[in-house]
Amino acid sequence: MSETDAVRADGGRVRDEGYDDFLDALESGEGYYLECPEGHGWLPPRRVCPECGGTDLEETALPETGAIETHTTVHVAAPSFADDAPYVTAVADFDGVRLTGVVRGIDPENVEVGTEVSAEVDETETAGERVLVLHAE
Amino acid sequence: MPFLTVPHVRRGMTDVRVAGVGLTHFGEHPERTGRDLFAEASERALADAGVPRADIEQLNYGNFMGALSEHQGHQGPLMAEAAGVDAPATRYESACASSGVAVREAVKDVRNGELDVALVGGAERMNNLGTAGSTEALAIAADDLYEVRAGMTFPAAYALMARAYFDRYGGAREDLAEIAVKNHDNALDNEHAQYQSAITVEDALDAPTIAEPLGLFDACPITDGASAAVLVSESYAEEHDLDAPVAVTGTGQGGDRMALQDRKHLARTPAAERAAEEAYDDAGIGAQDVAVAEVHDCFTIAEVLALEALDFYAPGEAVGAAARGETTRDGDRPVNLSGGLKAKGHPVGATGASQIAELTRLLRGDHPNSDAVDGDLGVAHNAGGTVASTTVHVLEVVA
Repeated sequence: MSETDAVRADGGRVRDEGYDDFLDALESGEGYYLECPEGHGWLPPRRVCPECGGTDLEETALPETGAIETHTTVHVAAPSFADDAPYVTAVADFDGVRLTGVVRGIDPENVEVGTEVSAEVDETETAGERVLVLHAE
Repeated sequence: MPFLTVPHVRRGMTDVRVAGVGLTHFGEHPERTGRDLFAEASERALADAGVPRADIEQLNYGNFMGALSEHQGHQGPLMAEAAGVDAPATRYESACASSGVAVREAVKDVRNGELDVALVGGAERMNNLGTAGSTEALAIAADDLYEVRAGMTFPAAYALMARAYFDRYGGAREDLAEIAVKNHDNALDNEHAQYQSAITVEDALDAPTIAEPLGLFDACPITDGASAAVLVSESYAEEHDLDAPVAVTGTGQGGDRMALQDRKHLARTPAAERAAEEAYDDAGIGAQDVAVAEVHDCFTIAEVLALEALDFYAPGEAVGAAARGETTRDGDRPVNLSGGLKAKGHPVGATGASQIAELTRLLRGDHPNSDAVDGDLGVAHNAGGTVASTTVHVLEVVA
């Protein structure tokens, strides 16, 4: 099985161009996001800024750390995360772009709005799939 | 605003009347097919309307996960056949707002003179997937790349919104529990409801956690069921001497970014704000005119967000509405007298049209809770996903 996630009709998986390129970059410590001339930030794949319509999107280095904006500890998971539960999912603001990921490196009870995290790539415990991790220092 | 608005002059050519409505029981019917559920709901709606099947010119049908739960695509013609209707039929999919959108499109067609008689509705079969399977199926309403691959579930998404709301405006799990208690109370006499049982605040607070801060009783159940309504033009209703006192006088729809991470607001729902504004303008009304509301409470926090988007409350003010008794059946503006998604149940693709069905009965006077309605005007708020799409409809007694 490939290391990526889009599900084919036969249940197999293919690579998601753009998003998996982003995960590759993040994995090698060179994370980026796409920024329009107006400063709106998004994850790939993206050809146009949905905020202002700008099409001149530039790869911009992802800041080293972000701050958790909201979080939840998931107790009832989908089958693809069954063995990961309970786990913390959060949205974190990286000053220009927001990322959603699984929070690791901290006791779930200690996660707070404002907790500082870095973005990494790790694997799910359930199926070894690549997953965006927000790692608390 | 530099625009003149003239109250009660609508841009439509004709009133759209709700001639009849029908629902199945909402609950656990894992062995019943979607087509059988919809056949029952549509039969009831047609009987309630007194409209012959041969007069139906179009079916607008809402369904979300039938491709996953029943391995069935192309459900439009299948459902027309099940309903015994020989007319063009289309399935609308907009996650949990699927049949809200189906209703809206039919309303527009009747107003524009394209049609005189439309059958609308929806169905969902979910319990055959089990809890894990339906959790996975519901998650496809979220962004697959940015959210589902990061472990997002549907309850998790609303939990993220609840946490953001609490962080920004205050509020607590106790406030949300009061909403669950209210909606369970409202469902006690509703024969269509999945849960005709009362709960207490303590029950809700002591229930197992699904995704913090949301527990089991903050969440709607997994539901099988179907809904249907017959919408007709005012002229058809008059020519056929139909008893159809309720009209859809306003319709609106709003959209937002798919993923929460790409939203401006995590504690507000701009898609619903836009839908409400459009529907109110369309009907020539304001929030103060609304006597009763059916809103999309897939989770207790969703009712809070809905009441603020509908402009019943300023941002941050709705979280205590149920606890203060303002939205209970004895309150100034009862909300979810049907029991809502929380207690009546949430067969996803059926929900939008079921809100129209319940609101019609509440306004007509033949709903078990009609005695709690003090007025002639209600709104239905139907939200898809984490409110990336929303429809709002205004219903009024006009005859």
